[in-house]
Amino acid sequence: MCLGIPGKVEEIFDENGLKMGNINYGGTINKACLEYVPEIEVGQYTVVHAGFGISIIDEDEAMKSYEAWEELADHAAQEGADLYGNPLEEVKDK
Amino acid sequence: MKYLDEFRDPKIAKQILAEIEFTVTKPWVIMEVCGGQTHSIIKNGIDQILPKEIELVHGPGCPVCVTPLEIIDKAIEIASTPNVIFTSFGDMLRVPGSKKDLFQVKSEGGDVRIIYSPLEALKIARNNPEKEVVFFAVGFETTAPGNAMAIYQADREGITNFSELVSHVLVPPAMEALLSSPKNRVQAYLAAGHVCAIMGWWEYDPIAEKYKVPIIPTGFESIDVLEGILLAVKQLEKGEYRVENQYLRAVKRGGNQPAQNIVNTIFEIGDRKWRGIGEIPQSGLKIKEEFSKYDAELKFAVDNIVTQESELCISGIVLQGLKKPHECPAFGKECTPSNPLGATMVSGEGACAAYYKYQRIRNG
Amino acid sequence: MADFDIDLMSCPLPKMDYDTIQLAHGAGGKLSADLIDKIFIPRFGNETLDKLEDQAVLNIPKNKIAFTTDTFVVDPIFFPGGNIGELAINGTVNDVAMSGAKPLYLSVGFILEEGLPLETLHIIALSMEKAAKQAGVKIVAGDTKVVNRGSCDKLFINTSGIGIVPNNVNISANRLTPGDKIIISGSVADHGMAVMTTREDLSFKSKIKSDTAALNGLVEVMLNISEDIHAMRDPTRGGVATTLNEFAKQSDVGIQLYSDKIPVKHDVKGACEVLGIDPLYVANEGKLIAVVGSEIAENMVEAMLKHELGKNASIIGEVVNDNKGIVVQQTGLGVNRIIDLPVGEQLPRIC
Repeated sequence: MCLGIPGKVEEIFDENGLKMGNINYGGTINKACLEYVPEIEVGQYTVVHAGFGISIIDEDEAMKSYEAWEELADHAAQEGADLYGNPLEEVKDK
Repeated sequence: MKYLDEFRDPKIAKQILAEIEFTVTKPWVIMEVCGGQTHSIIKNGIDQILPKEIELVHGPGCPVCVTPLEIIDKAIEIASTPNVIFTSFGDMLRVPGSKKDLFQVKSEGGDVRIIYSPLEALKIARNNPEKEVVFFAVGFETTAPGNAMAIYQADREGITNFSELVSHVLVPPAMEALLSSPKNRVQAYLAAGHVCAIMGWWEYDPIAEKYKVPIIPTGFESIDVLEGILLAVKQLEKGEYRVENQYLRAVKRGGNQPAQNIVNTIFEIGDRKWRGIGEIPQSGLKIKEEFSKYDAELKFAVDNIVTQESELCISGIVLQGLKKPHECPAFGKECTPSNPLGATMVSGEGACAAYYKYQRIRNG
Repeated sequence: MADFDIDLMSCPLPKMDYDTIQLAHGAGGKLSADLIDKIFIPRFGNETLDKLEDQAVLNIPKNKIAFTTDTFVVDPIFFPGGNIGELAINGTVNDVAMSGAKPLYLSVGFILEEGLPLETLHIIALSMEKAAKQAGVKIVAGDTKVVNRGSCDKLFINTSGIGIVPNNVNISANRLTPGDKIIISGSVADHGMAVMTTREDLSFKSKIKSDTAALNGLVEVMLNISEDIHAMRDPTRGGVATTLNEFAKQSDVGIQLYSDKIPVKHDVKGACEVLGIDPLYVANEGKLIAVVGSEIAENMVEAMLKHELGKNASIIGEVVNDNKGIVVQQTGLGVNRIIDLPVGEQLPRIC
């Protein structure tokens, strides 16, 4: 359940007394309510579920998770094997 | 798309898969709680590529699958009432009630509209003061803040022609109910990442401790799900059991406080029926007494509708991971995706619908 | 009625007695004649239509003829990138062209709702004129009916089309052969998402453009490379997934799609992600899928890339012996998932 997609806040405005924002998803702009991410600023990313920002993306954590894996995968690719010495091709074929 | 595509990188996914293969030494049963995770698992074929030791059980985390037949019948009754605009997320329109679904109500002249945000339902009410606008407020903790906000805002603006048919369920009580069943097979949970974005994960500490299961709040992209499985397997193999957050970029321990505040203002915890599972104590949200004028069940006097679920359908047992869909006598016979008996056949990621699809390729 | 072509505005609505459609506009009397003389003939007129006979009498070479009909009820009638009028022309031209035929003649039937602004009808007629010209087809027969307010939604259009099939061309959904390659002419899901994101209840602020276009020019380019195209369809309702499933069933073969090869524009993908919709199931109105022998596939794509409507063409998969009647796609992890027929229309979801 609970489809939530990260989008970038392009604009913040008030609508009927609620903090709202225009959120950019790969070039498509959709409106979302930002009442639950009150400290968010233009340029930050939020996970949006059913028209509500539910969480500000922690860019440092995102970077850390991704980079750690990428480094391992790159290293393995250069060596032609994964971390544990299995040839990469074998993994691919499973 | 940033924060999406990089977490779908097949190169990294394969790397994590290799590490899972390296780590696992014996059979484990892991349940992914959330339907969004099930969707990702099926779409990416993760279930097909995992080492055979790991069995994934699709959990009850899909509002389509767990909303009881009775509530669907109430929705249909309200939507069929003259002068009502019935608004719903697209998910619920094809879910069969005991006689028909919301699409049929629409074809019979009911004004049934699909919306994306609960605030759009409120906007329809604002723009149509002569109509009664009802929003079908289903979902888990993730959706509750939005649904609560629509009532909160209606109250603030003094909009009186708006109400919600609420069928909100809470995840931790269901997870605990499954674990406490004597037939339980689940040894670790991937907890629903977006539920945790709202509620945090502190609630899971006592569950992990009491039932000795690793609980991993997990995201939804292929890398997230695989990493969630890896973290679970690492704990299982070492005999550890604790909450370990995989979805670091979106989930904090305490969750989203402003969202929890509005939910607690509008809703209170109560007993709730789950389709196929039955009533689980303290597992749902209902509208508080002081906001009862926004409760569609009272406004339209449908609280007396009682519906029995199909006796043929074993979706509840399937949801608990006790039986596989094809072990149901109705599977593929009385029950198919175009004529579903139970919600697990309706939802695209429902366990039965997924099995129905894949049995054909297996049979060649 | 935002977003239509500025060219269409340069031709003002001829002076008429009424601003809106009346029941009498469909009753065969003076107002009917007015509508034909002032709106339809100036836009669609040609030597056949101008005769105002009850039928068109056409000279047609002694070839096989492709004949098709389609009805257009799109809501909203104006959407980013087009309107119901050009959709009605392009859609029928494409249905004819998918047989390899050269489309020649169209008929147009309007069902108009009483009260429809004449200005709206005029703008739609103008864009139909433009679309017919671009596709090189003539509108040779027409009909107009007016129904009571509420009996239809603004206007519906039926178009039928006739085209001439070249002698050596035999394109059919039952000619898929294992080994064949599957080609798509460009990015998917543009039209369906353009229409969906205009829906007010979904809060979108940006505009995705429909891909509505007549594909007969592209088909001509393709037939110049080889007349031996095995199968061809434009994946409209139900999208690429539905067309490929039809192919697989009719030819009793399997279809294997490669992973991540199907082009989707960034903004279209963004809208699909937000609403939880799979672009493979979303309608296109200016794309085609062709199935050709592997020996000519590369040349075919190369030729298509040079055409405006094929500039993002690519090979997306192949016909296989396994999994007869089923379409599978390889995921990024290297395993197959089934691309099934959709159950009903795609709905925005939260789950």
